[in-house]
Amino acid sequence: MSRKEKFAEIALTVVGLTSVAVLALIIFFIFKEGSPALAHVGLGRFVGGTRWSPGKGQFGILPMIVGSFFVTFGALLTGVPLGLGCALYLSEFAPRKTAAVLKPLVEILAGIPSVVFGFIGLTVIVPLIRDHLGGPGFSVLASAIVLGVMILPTMVSISYDALRAVPQVYREGMLAVGANQWQTVTSVVLPAARPGILAAGILSMGRAVGETMAVIMVAGNATIIPVSFLDPVRTLTSNIALEMGYATGLHRQALFATGIVLFVIIGALNILARAFIRSR
Amino acid sequence: MRSLRIRSRSPEVCLAVCLLVIFILTLAGCGRRGADPSGSITLAGSTSVQPFVEMLAEEYAKSYPDRSPVNVQGGGSSAGARAALSGTAHIGMMSRGLAEDESELTPTVMAEDALVLIVHPINTVTGLTKDQIRRIFSGSITDWEEVGGPPGTIHVVSREEGSGTRGAFDELIMEGDDVMPRAIVQDSNGAVRETIAGDRMAMGYVSLGLVDERVKAIKVDGVEASVENVRRREYTLVRPFLLVVKGEYAPGAREFVDFVLSDEGRRILRDEGLVPPE
Repeated sequence: MSRKEKFAEIALTVVGLTSVAVLALIIFFIFKEGSPALAHVGLGRFVGGTRWSPGKGQFGILPMIVGSFFVTFGALLTGVPLGLGCALYLSEFAPRKTAAVLKPLVEILAGIPSVVFGFIGLTVIVPLIRDHLGGPGFSVLASAIVLGVMILPTMVSISYDALRAVPQVYREGMLAVGANQWQTVTSVVLPAARPGILAAGILSMGRAVGETMAVIMVAGNATIIPVSFLDPVRTLTSNIALEMGYATGLHRQALFATGIVLFVIIGALNILARAFIRSR
Repeated sequence: MRSLRIRSRSPEVCLAVCLLVIFILTLAGCGRRGADPSGSITLAGSTSVQPFVEMLAEEYAKSYPDRSPVNVQGGGSSAGARAALSGTAHIGMMSRGLAEDESELTPTVMAEDALVLIVHPINTVTGLTKDQIRRIFSGSITDWEEVGGPPGTIHVVSREEGSGTRGAFDELIMEGDDVMPRAIVQDSNGAVRETIAGDRMAMGYVSLGLVDERVKAIKVDGVEASVENVRRREYTLVRPFLLVVKGEYAPGAREFVDFVLSDEGRRILRDEGLVPPE
């Protein structure tokens, strides 16, 4: 092996490991900053407490955990059917030229900054909900709609690629035995593309759990456990972003501890989802 | 064409490189940020005061290009006090009075800010008592009908825990009661105003300077929120904006504070809706 090659190999190894090191540093930092609060408040009281009032020394983040869950679930409920439908249309039904125009358009959505989505949610969706469904408008529903649109590009691109990866002979075989196009799609193409579609769902879920800015603008950020889709809600990420600017001492540590909880939840969701895909 | 050799790296090498990278990144994170020795003046503290001081700093730089430039940072009132005490900033900015453990600091009142309760312009309620406001924000009054308005649930809009405006509201109105967890939380004066402007059932609080025609300010205990009433000490929901230093002013810092208190500085603050000292 030439010296040059050896050098390139080492350089690439260093570069590659940097990203891993950054992850390790982030984990280390979050745990270092957050664990004193967990120890002080107690894991049970922190994760199970229903009252968040840092000024009064109450650090319960159950409302935010439930809030994150509701908002993410709602976003998947709106975004996944829409995204999958769009991918199916583009891959199976749209004329080639139409698809060539539409797909890049959908992907442009991914490049729009989240604050823009939040602003549209704030000025269009929130008043719409307030006027027609009642409540303050800032709600689980508003967040779910905004996030549902935000996860579309991820959902559409990855499911589209999965659908395109299904060999053409599968479709031809179905059509040859007399099936129509819809039957071909539902009984052969979709099952064959299922792992890819599930992966699209997982990545979309990750995006929805982590999105902060747009959610802060439309969720209302109240520290209650939402019981209806019209209730205001605060997610784990919003809690950190809202209060980090001023927080000091135990309050600041508690926000890092919120980060630990978020980290564990996202990790667990990913592992669960991967296990779920493998079991199929 | 050269064939690629695929070899597995020994774990020791991986570990060593990993540690090296962590070490380098840790080094990069070191280095203490302190008062800038290059001669610029650093102010840090309350995010309520920050935008006004930034505006003043801009004017200051325009009027006196030969003096030390002024650098403004946020962090909150408590952080501002700590920064002034520890010397991380030349001047601390605070939007509340000094606490006991901050008594070493010398405060200069740069202005006073009134906290104004606002509702949607079509709301028929024109005034509330402090007690009613407290009961609305703590959740024991929930319907506009109970305070003489049209029937409908009050949508209470508050600020995030830790913000200076929220701190002043807690101190001046809540008197130890909690703002109810159900209250909607917005993260800036502007966002609160936008929310109130769009929701006829909403009520919230902002700085006097932020009130415009899209929202309606209500009287508190019968007194209208205005610069005159703050001056006459009739409107009581008032908090001071302080510039604090420990001991002597750093070279160049005194000049900036003098500018803030000059006719020019006070005019800027008055234009922004604050009440500078006479």
